Amino acid sequence: MSFRNLTIAAIAGAIVSTTALVVPASAQEEGIYVPLLTYRTGPFAGSGIPIADGMHDYLTMLNERDGGIGGVKLIIEECETGYNTTKGVECYESVRSKNPVVVNPYSTGITLQLIPRAAVDGVPVLSMAYGLSAAADGETFPWVFNPPATYWDGASVFVKHIAEREGGFENLAGKTVGLLHLDAPYGREPIPVLEALAEQHGFDVALYPVAAQDMQNQGSVWLQVRRDRPDYIYLQGWGAMNPTAVREAIRTGYPIENLIGVWWAGGDEDARAGGSDAAGYKALSFNGAGADFPFIDDVITHVHDKGLSQFPRERIGDMLYNRGMYNSMLIAEAIRIAQEITGKKVVTGEDVRRGLENLNISEERLAEMGMEGFAAPLNVTCENHSGHHQVFLAEWDGEKWTQGSEWMDPMTDMVRPLILDAAQEYAAANEGWPQRTEVCDN
Amino acid sequence: MIYREAGQYKTSYQADRAVFPLRQDRIGIAVIVAAAYAAGVFGSDFLLQAVLIPFLIFSLAAIGLNILVGYAGLLSLGTGAFMGVGAYACYKLMTAFPEVNVVVWILMSGFFSAAVGVFFGLPSLRIKGFYLAVATLAAQFFLQWCFNRIPWLYNYNISGAIEAPLRTLFGVPITGATATLEARYFVVLTLVIVLTWLASNLVHGRIGRQWMAIRDMDIAAELIGIRPLHAKLMAFACSSYFVGVAGAMMVFLWYGGAEYNVFNIDQSFFILFMIIIGGLGSLIGSFMGAALIFMLPIGLGIVLPALGAPFGIAVDAATIEHLRFMIVGALIIFFLIVEPHGLARLWQIGKQKLRVWPFPY
Repeated sequence: MSFRNLTIAAIAGAIVSTTALVVPASAQEEGIYVPLLTYRTGPFAGSGIPIADGMHDYLTMLNERDGGIGGVKLIIEECETGYNTTKGVECYESVRSKNPVVVNPYSTGITLQLIPRAAVDGVPVLSMAYGLSAAADGETFPWVFNPPATYWDGASVFVKHIAEREGGFENLAGKTVGLLHLDAPYGREPIPVLEALAEQHGFDVALYPVAAQDMQNQGSVWLQVRRDRPDYIYLQGWGAMNPTAVREAIRTGYPIENLIGVWWAGGDEDARAGGSDAAGYKALSFNGAGADFPFIDDVITHVHDKGLSQFPRERIGDMLYNRGMYNSMLIAEAIRIAQEITGKKVVTGEDVRRGLENLNISEERLAEMGMEGFAAPLNVTCENHSGHHQVFLAEWDGEKWTQGSEWMDPMTDMVRPLILDAAQEYAAANEGWPQRTEVCDN
Repeated sequence: MIYREAGQYKTSYQADRAVFPLRQDRIGIAVIVAAAYAAGVFGSDFLLQAVLIPFLIFSLAAIGLNILVGYAGLLSLGTGAFMGVGAYACYKLMTAFPEVNVVVWILMSGFFSAAVGVFFGLPSLRIKGFYLAVATLAAQFFLQWCFNRIPWLYNYNISGAIEAPLRTLFGVPITGATATLEARYFVVLTLVIVLTWLASNLVHGRIGRQWMAIRDMDIAAELIGIRPLHAKLMAFACSSYFVGVAGAMMVFLWYGGAEYNVFNIDQSFFILFMIIIGGLGSLIGSFMGAALIFMLPIGLGIVLPALGAPFGIAVDAATIEHLRFMIVGALIIFFLIVEPHGLARLWQIGKQKLRVWPFPY
């Protein structure tokens, strides 16, 4: 066979493999289909892997321990997005034909793409504490959910925390607060809240943007920090940007206890980069760290011991792994509530939307799930799809994350009007944005 | 036997210069176009949204880049950014003049991209090859910075993204969330066919011949009376026009919205790979390259788990992703070794073989 013939054979092979596309997806088995858009590859894999494993392991645990939810097995399928919007949309398209009950895009970029389509396709979008902050307005976005808190809530808790440390809001006057952020829509999210609070309380806001290509090369930004000497720095970064920021802070001699990250800057890998010198680094969180919770014992017995998990045994209890499980817990609860409301066993996307809108996770329910102290109670309503719930500051002790503060309420009375305005703006910018017609069960 | 030109006489210069001189080719094209429209009616949602619409849009972008790199011999790494110019221009035009039909604005947005392309193409008279590629790289970074840092471009939207508002064509919504896939597909398909026809006329005509003369030897071209700056800037303008329209279509007819990061350097490389694999200086090569680079990974994602299943091997999502990188990478190297002129050249060889089949000489 000559080289040319080989090529022709190769082309023929390529054509055959592309025609395979036309073949319809394999027959459905009975169950509730929960696709997980995850990323275990690409530049953000370091943060993506623990989250993917957490989401996957919790749902597997429900399948193994309880036989699914309400007696119906969950069909769990991962689709690899690589944190890439194009691939994420392709993933969404490939899972949509199998009637998913909910999608979690796990990327602000992909979420923004899916928001307009959610209502049309009848697939609720769960963007847990990321995505569009304005989506907290359920009147405008009946199909999008971002519990337990928005980035704006996070920024307000940060200001509350530094006010506490300074001995009251009145002592903030004259201070400088830096925002070290990824120079992208995600990173710029807290700016309006910080600026509004700065005006109210008389402190200054200094912005330190880091371009996506400079995530691991923040030298010049930290030179500027050294010159300005901001009293506090709020870190809104993701992926490789966070460990670099922690390392640079230590190298620059910036007091590490004054560097406070948003919840996505609170991974174990982020803080570990600074080692024991990073002791005192803080990040917001809405889920507990560590493995001392009854439900994690169940995950170990039913998933890890059976060899169904890819996650290393010794890292169970990592902050981001736990957050992935928290995300899955929200999905599972929404499905359970949807089953209660509709009386159906096998629920649809529309049913789970109603389930998400009636999420009410009380202290008792948390205890029942073995999650006492792991999360704050959560209540989502038709109007309020985020709920602006409590978060706390996790503190790195040099080896692991610890609970560094009490659970704190965000400044809801200040954040809520901003959200409603932003939602109005979004609807106005997208002419023909549908009026809410969906039923409300509460 | 079947593919033979015996008996087809050309009686005019026009017939001799035709793009498709063989009747079989003309029938073939007609069948492909008919099948493409039929796919819009019978194709599944996945086929339309995840395969065909992006394939057509990337093909158009590849045609644009091919005009510059393949026909005029000017290397560019700024394709992603020029797509962005088209998208942002279209967004500004759509929101500023909502009463004008969106298809008009998609076609108009290319002119903004062309203007920017000409501006960044100005140095092409003095710098060539690799150096020009670096100059266009500056365009890539500068324009991407603009998309991110100039809020006017995205109408001061808080999320920093541009989103497709609802627009209709003959009363049928074609952009925005309520637009059906079929409607969007037909618009994309029709626009790509019309623009490909336009590109075909360009490259086969006087302007295209100027480009090829410049590409093959610019000093000789100048001596026979071609003005290099003129021809090169024309190449930049035409190339950027197609690329810009493809960018606008990508955001408004495929994604439904985008942030600045969509138009990054990866996008530029992606399109560049398409034309290198497909064949430089060939329109059909642009389509073939887009098909290989874009569809093959999707095909692998479907085929690999199916291949593993009978043997009880569960191929998980991350493994597929790694395998995709390896297989596509290996194929690119394989094709470049076997046929450096790309898939288009292989196609030509295949056609030549078919013409004499079954009696090769």
